[in-house]
Amino acid sequence: MANSGSLTDLTIAEARDGLRAGRFSAVDLTMAHLHAIEALNPRLNAFITVSHSKALAQAQAADAALAKGDYGALTGIPLAIKDLFCTAGIRTTAASRILEPFVPPYESTVTANLLRDGAVFLGKANLDEFAMGSSNMTSAFGPVENPWKRLQDQDAVLVPGGSSGGSAAAVAARLAMGATGTDTGGSIRQPAAFCGLVGVKPSYGRCSRWGVVAFASSLDHPGPFARTVQDSAIMLGSMAGFDPKDSTSAERPVPDYEAACKRGVKGLRIGVPREYRADGMPAEIEALWQQGLTWLREAGAEIVDVSLPHTKYGLATYYIVAPAEASSNLARYDGVRFGLRKDGGELAEMYGNTRAAGFGPEVRRRIMIGTYVLSAGYYDAYYLRAQKIRALILRDFNDVFAQVDALLTPTAPNAAFAQGENMDDPIKMYLNDVFTVGANLAGVPAISVPAGLDANGLPLGLQIIGKAFDEETVFAVSAAIERAAGFTALPQIRAGQ
Amino acid sequence: MSLDPATIRRIASLSRIRVEEDQVESLQHELNSILGWIEQLNEVNVDGIEPLTGGAQMAMRMRDDVVTDGGYPEQILSNAPDRNGEFFAVPKVVE
Repeated sequence: MANSGSLTDLTIAEARDGLRAGRFSAVDLTMAHLHAIEALNPRLNAFITVSHSKALAQAQAADAALAKGDYGALTGIPLAIKDLFCTAGIRTTAASRILEPFVPPYESTVTANLLRDGAVFLGKANLDEFAMGSSNMTSAFGPVENPWKRLQDQDAVLVPGGSSGGSAAAVAARLAMGATGTDTGGSIRQPAAFCGLVGVKPSYGRCSRWGVVAFASSLDHPGPFARTVQDSAIMLGSMAGFDPKDSTSAERPVPDYEAACKRGVKGLRIGVPREYRADGMPAEIEALWQQGLTWLREAGAEIVDVSLPHTKYGLATYYIVAPAEASSNLARYDGVRFGLRKDGGELAEMYGNTRAAGFGPEVRRRIMIGTYVLSAGYYDAYYLRAQKIRALILRDFNDVFAQVDALLTPTAPNAAFAQGENMDDPIKMYLNDVFTVGANLAGVPAISVPAGLDANGLPLGLQIIGKAFDEETVFAVSAAIERAAGFTALPQIRAGQ
Repeated sequence: MSLDPATIRRIASLSRIRVEEDQVESLQHELNSILGWIEQLNEVNVDGIEPLTGGAQMAMRMRDDVVTDGGYPEQILSNAPDRNGEFFAVPKVVE
């Protein structure tokens, strides 16, 4: 057996080949990750629940399947599952007190697909409560520490981004080989950028939402985290696919994403949306963006200036649509059928007490905003207007994609910040999603790829946005950026260190 | 448009979230700050634009109106905070 440090450093593709060649067993691989979790999770808090014995049983089953030559795309690969995906028999909390005792009797479609392909689930990853946040600071189970440190300020504890902060921290620190996340306004791509990972938000409808705790149904997108573009392609290939149980699931075949990574970008037209050149963008992010364009040009792509005129209205539109849908989706947490109950005299009092005790401040704030913008007299002024601006934002993307094959932008306006920063004003936190939210409103696929470091040694990501259901081109461009960037930096806190 | 304390209490009640009197002022400040920021949407001309309800760029799929699932009350009730036989139990609603 190889030593556990080297096993946790493998990519999914390398581990897959090693398992099939019999160089190590799935139990070896899973044990190496469980040991890493034992050593580092008390500090990082990346997992809310570790499913130790289930993971071992799954690894043993994977070894039996491998011995028979009967394996799937992910047989024996240990993954972290964002604690927003229902997992049969494993507690699923959404990082909220209101779901603290909830053990789903069923499996989400995405996790069922991963299990079908032989994956091992190490446990449930921490997140912002109900996926509402950009720092993982709103989790009822405590914040997550980013495994990366500032060179100049080693004492600062940085956030991993959010909402899928535990998923990102787990994969970056080598506690898992890959992870599932969900992205409603940037919740996969921003933490991927903050933790030096690849994060994929596929097209709306590509991955089923069935069994994923709903935040904003028209914006929620399940997707993968991994350390390489190829690994993320392997994971998406397993997670994606038509699901009759989700009425918005796309009835389309799943292409070979792994093959698409090898396509190259020769002859592709890459758009640079001028509205993303935000005032006050740090010079090193602007420089990295220019570097990314140079890499693509050198690889044979043509760079084209384009315009997405309604970009500046994306976030405000999002902060009407998402809370409106959340206020409706979260109405189900009433203390009757599952989750927390706080008794009161009569039924309405029980509802009010349960929801006040069960939801944290950010969730309560968003439910109240959503309730207000949907209430009689305000619906047209807020919600209907936001839906019309959303139509204009989609039209911007459709116009641009008549001219170019993909867009290149920064993923986030800054690198990872410290716990406690951006906490005094909700809007400051919301601004983290300024470059990512457009792809959610339009439903188009987007990937964040680690492309460089800032002066503090923290990772920065570039975002590639593509046409609806053309993830293949997005993977091709992402892989070209990855090859050119040669990003080999490692977080200071990781397994085996 | 600025929310007054009475509106905050009304929204809390519509949201079925108990809000204590000493929380009203800070909620008023936070919600007004968010709504004030959202006001920027008023500068967009939306005349003649059809609202977009979702990200799915396709027609809603229909299915036959038949029962496709069910018949396992123990699973459904397995997370109930309170139950009575095969029913969820709640505080008395009607005298």
